[in-house]
Amino acid sequence: MTKQDFSIIGQPLPKIDAWAKVVGETKYADDFFLPRMAYGRLLRSPHGHALIKSIDVSRARELPGVYAVITGADLPRVKFGILPVSQDEEALCTEKVRMVGDAVAAVAAVDEETAERACRLIEVGYEPLPTLMSIEAALAHPEIRIHEYGDGPNVHKNVALQFGDVEAAFAASDLVREDVFFYEGNTHLPMEQHAAVAHATPDGKLTLWSSTQTPHYVHRLLPRILDMPAAHIRVVAAPVGGGFGGKLDPFAHEIAACRLSQLTGRPVKIACSREEVFYIHRGRHPVLMWIKTGFTKAGDITGCHLKTWLDGGAYGSYGVASTFYTGVINPVTYKMPVYKFEGARVFTNKPPCGPKRGHGTPQPRFALECQLDKAAEQLGLDPAEMRARILAEPYTKTANHLTVTTIGLGECIDRVVEASGWREKWRGWRSASAGASTAPAGKRRGVGIAASAYMTGAGTAIYWNSMPHSGVVLRADRSGGVTVLCGATDIGQGSDSILAYLPAEVLGIEPKDVHVHPADTSLTPVDLGSYSSRVTLMCGMAAIQAAGRLRGVIAQAVAEKLEVAAESLAFRDRKVGVPDQWERALTFTQAVELAEARHGVLAFAGSYAPPKRAGKYKGGGVGPSPCYSYSACVVELSVDEETGEVELHDVWIAHDIGRALNPLLVEGQVEGSVYMGIGEALMEGQVFRKGLHKQPSMLDYKSPTTLETPDIHTFLVETDDPEGPFGAKEAGQGPLLPVPPAIANAIYHAVGVRCDEVPITPEMILKGLELRRKGKSARVGPEKIPLFKFKEALMVESAFGRPADAVAVRPFQS
Amino acid sequence: MKSRLSLSVNGEAHDVLVPVHKTLLEVLREDLGLIGTKHGCELGECGTCTVLVDGEPVLSCLALPADLGGREILTVEGMAEGGRLHPLQQAFAELGAAQCGYCTPGILVTAKALLAGRPTPTRQEIKEALAGNLCRCTGYTKILDAVELASLRLDHSGLTSPNVGRRRPGEGAPTANETDHSGLTSPNVGRRRPGEGAPTANPT
Repeated sequence: MTKQDFSIIGQPLPKIDAWAKVVGETKYADDFFLPRMAYGRLLRSPHGHALIKSIDVSRARELPGVYAVITGADLPRVKFGILPVSQDEEALCTEKVRMVGDAVAAVAAVDEETAERACRLIEVGYEPLPTLMSIEAALAHPEIRIHEYGDGPNVHKNVALQFGDVEAAFAASDLVREDVFFYEGNTHLPMEQHAAVAHATPDGKLTLWSSTQTPHYVHRLLPRILDMPAAHIRVVAAPVGGGFGGKLDPFAHEIAACRLSQLTGRPVKIACSREEVFYIHRGRHPVLMWIKTGFTKAGDITGCHLKTWLDGGAYGSYGVASTFYTGVINPVTYKMPVYKFEGARVFTNKPPCGPKRGHGTPQPRFALECQLDKAAEQLGLDPAEMRARILAEPYTKTANHLTVTTIGLGECIDRVVEASGWREKWRGWRSASAGASTAPAGKRRGVGIAASAYMTGAGTAIYWNSMPHSGVVLRADRSGGVTVLCGATDIGQGSDSILAYLPAEVLGIEPKDVHVHPADTSLTPVDLGSYSSRVTLMCGMAAIQAAGRLRGVIAQAVAEKLEVAAESLAFRDRKVGVPDQWERALTFTQAVELAEARHGVLAFAGSYAPPKRAGKYKGGGVGPSPCYSYSACVVELSVDEETGEVELHDVWIAHDIGRALNPLLVEGQVEGSVYMGIGEALMEGQVFRKGLHKQPSMLDYKSPTTLETPDIHTFLVETDDPEGPFGAKEAGQGPLLPVPPAIANAIYHAVGVRCDEVPITPEMILKGLELRRKGKSARVGPEKIPLFKFKEALMVESAFGRPADAVAVRPFQS
Repeated sequence: MKSRLSLSVNGEAHDVLVPVHKTLLEVLREDLGLIGTKHGCELGECGTCTVLVDGEPVLSCLALPADLGGREILTVEGMAEGGRLHPLQQAFAELGAAQCGYCTPGILVTAKALLAGRPTPTRQEIKEALAGNLCRCTGYTKILDAVELASLRLDHSGLTSPNVGRRRPGEGAPTANETDHSGLTSPNVGRRRPGEGAPTANPT
């Protein structure tokens, strides 16, 4: 289909759930109030690392208004975790706590206040252990073990992969750079705190409504934790009030609510406080990085070697995947013929890190894009032109065996260069010439550029299986209405709307005619969850397949009635007919009636699983994606040399979206990504002092308000990718990636200070300016890397430049 | 210790029997069933729980109902009148200003208070008025666009405070085409397909 042929696709329509949201009718998990409902609270550890010697709940149980008090002894003694390889969590800790905020007991009571009071009456005997609060401390103290499993003392995961001979590439380079970077951890900070309502019913079944991004994975884990059959458990994702990756694990409050409901025979709600959300975390990993890259004089990359150390916090969570993600996506952007990646995730006594928007990739993207800026300066190249020259080739494989399809990055760079006036504003490496250092201190303007790539859905599920990643059941009835059932979870990105737009497009009806029922494990086919930017592509493909099947059956019935060929029929404007005899067209409702009479009940399924293109080596399962999105970003800012403060003026961002199914929603995702990248670059940091979270509140944890968010100019580039629904790729995560390095590069352009660490604070900039005044290198950032032995690298032949498979074969395609 | 309070919310009188230390946020949600107002932090940091008291934005997580007798409280549920959306609500839906929607009620009522005092605020004035309302989804861009659009429509309609949003009988909801003349920079405004009017309240 060409763009002109679409009637719904490409239109800036309101989301189907927008109306409920603007009148306050949307029911988030905390908005469920059921008859006889009890309120739960969790008692959380005040210690960062301690053995549990005793728990006495007797005084809490005696408090009037308390219905039940549980500890880990009231749950089966099994550990769980989102990844099969990291089963290291307990809903209520039994022997040991590993962070401040670990849950040890839970109470259900007549109201929250009573539950809170009961928690204070629980006496826990702790024997404190030394806490390990940094990568360096965890590696330096193997005698203190946070967990007993992993790839070494306090080492959760140790990976090393090599694709071709990087040393030979470096030897043949005109320039080789080694740089060290640090990306501080930060948190999702969704406006909605996590909440769950569990209802165990007398028939022995259980329903859980939760603010979760992945009802399916919660549904898979609950049977084991509650020791009951999965078939008797129903998990419903309530509309999620912001996710960003923070609601992707099964959590203690969900499990405790289920158990408390079973014990009390009442629905039980547990709504976490804002402080608790900081402990639940699963946010951005702090990552220390060493990156060595070779270049030719012209700016081509000859090879790259990256080492990453991740501060994982107290539990595994998605950490094994996060570790791989700090390495595997970098080769997708530019031609990188050979590549070596070594990564290690370390346990510490902090809230566990996991998947935050961009999952493991903003950190190495920051390292690579800042290093490219430095290399461009040394080579005397315009960093925009340098990037545009070295883009990866469409329809080829990368060194690490990822298949890349369409690439719109060249156009993205062109668009932001043009719109920002880059050539006039940048004009050579002026700050490096140190001209600024003799001028009186003042506000200096600068521009910076960066580019990036991100995946559109993980090519493999988190547990090995051959089933669909997403499924749709689509039903039409005599009303002319269509119902879509799909397990996808709308976290604000608009997946419910996509599930209305696509069938409406295929069937020639309006989105309003489509009723979407999402994210309910008893009613909807499985969708794996709202993560890895997979939802629009995967549920979209399933929806198109299901709608196509319905369309085929309707077309047959209408063709018989009108005595025309089924292939000649068009579906549009709520009618079905032959375009040049449109006056004979039937209404969609009449057509459905004919089809139902001929076929029986009209219900059709669609299934999607990604093409199986994982590299055939251990670890090759992380990184493959049906297609990759691309982004380029130019930032213009001022730096105050007196105070070190940064003021952002404009952000120009262009994003290769494949096709914008709804440009309004795509722009919203891009703008939100830019905003979140700004926060990470300049203010957000999840930092600790003396074993305690320094700012577990929204007042202390700084995030951008309307006043710090600059004008964001968004450009959408369409490449019509053959892997995506009507050509679409992702938008929810990728556009975050180029923002932090573009800001760091612009700061250098403004005042000549290299900030190799985020968040970039005024103190860091002042320190850099001071260094420059003393004639030293004006670089601020980590000075050293840990003494650490990575695994022997798995040697794999580089697949760089090989043509992509001519036709991607997908399961369930026919 | 419970006490009996009389509250006027969205133009309706309510008597509630609640502990004196219960916050307005809790009373609205738990005792009056007005779940449109959301918990964000319970510490007055995020603006999510904002309601209007006598037209002024107030953080309901820090307000005690005992102090509010005789004053008029407005929540997001009170913005639409007679099944017709307030122009701010209409604009927020049309322009994609609500993503997850959790911060939306607090922002809508704050913007309503702004427009009551300044019917045609500049973008900077809108930013300043909304600086106490955090949103993690949108990057604020479409929120600012939507407030501008609503302001423009209200201004065109000749209605200003205190009649904000009260459309005369028979007057339709504003159509997207009005925005073609607005000079607004949002590239999407007014791109609706020919022949299709703006959705009316509660189209679902």
